[in-house]
Amino acid sequence: MIIINGEFADQAEGKSLSSYLSESGYKQEKVAVERNGKIVPKSEYDDTVLRDNDEVEIVSFVGGG
Amino acid sequence: MRAAEKLTREEIAAAVDSRFPENVRDRLRDATVGIAGLGGLGSHIAVMLARSCVGHLRLVDFDRVDVSNLNRQAYGISHLGMEKTKALSQIIKGINPYLDVKIHTVRVDRKNAGTLFEECPIVCEAFDRPEEKAMLVNTLLEKCPDTVVISGSGMAGYGSGNEIQAKKVMRRLYLCGDGETDIADGIGLMAPRVNICAGQQANMAVRLILGEQMP
Repeated sequence: MIIINGEFADQAEGKSLSSYLSESGYKQEKVAVERNGKIVPKSEYDDTVLRDNDEVEIVSFVGGG
Repeated sequence: MRAAEKLTREEIAAAVDSRFPENVRDRLRDATVGIAGLGGLGSHIAVMLARSCVGHLRLVDFDRVDVSNLNRQAYGISHLGMEKTKALSQIIKGINPYLDVKIHTVRVDRKNAGTLFEECPIVCEAFDRPEEKAMLVNTLLEKCPDTVVISGSGMAGYGSGNEIQAKKVMRRLYLCGDGETDIADGIGLMAPRVNICAGQQANMAVRLILGEQMP
């Protein structure tokens, strides 16, 4: 099973992180992604494929400070 | 009463609430916190950490104080036109002249972020634009393996202050804010909610310094 932001997301299996992000409406330049406790460098979004047992946290930042 | 400029380091240190045990004060005095962006969040975070006698502060911003900052940032009319790093150092000196404050008046980018904050086990992200927030968080989590980042995201408008919370969202990332209200949606920033968010960030920094990991 795959968990993304605390919710089951088995439909994401086999997708690259970049396609999952764009399909889910995230803008790459505004996010940080941790996979199984490690930050995923932006340069690896295309080659990172979501697999069974992955636990993913996607943080999307909003403006103001 | 003694004139402010005559107060000694010991007298100011002794003015920290003596109900806290000595080891709490020692840990704060020995701590180093970096603050990236000295606007509504960063200027107030710095002031709160200075009042808490956090011994080493690293302040980074490229910008100068503008009249549009006065609605929510720690600066006053006398600081208009000054570099924010210098204005904030001046404010902090007025609170506690014995803190070790180092400033960098530069725009933070992917190339310099790791070096600027390499000596900071804790960095408060206090930028305005979401792309810069993401850039800093990504760069620090990639390049500084021991650094914890406390980021502000979602504090616009005048919605309930209770929605502005601190959360641990990644192994080394805490997020403070409501996560949603975005200036890109045309919602302005006001001092109260920005200060609540800054307070959550500063409190999380103090908690980490004192060994508390939970938000």
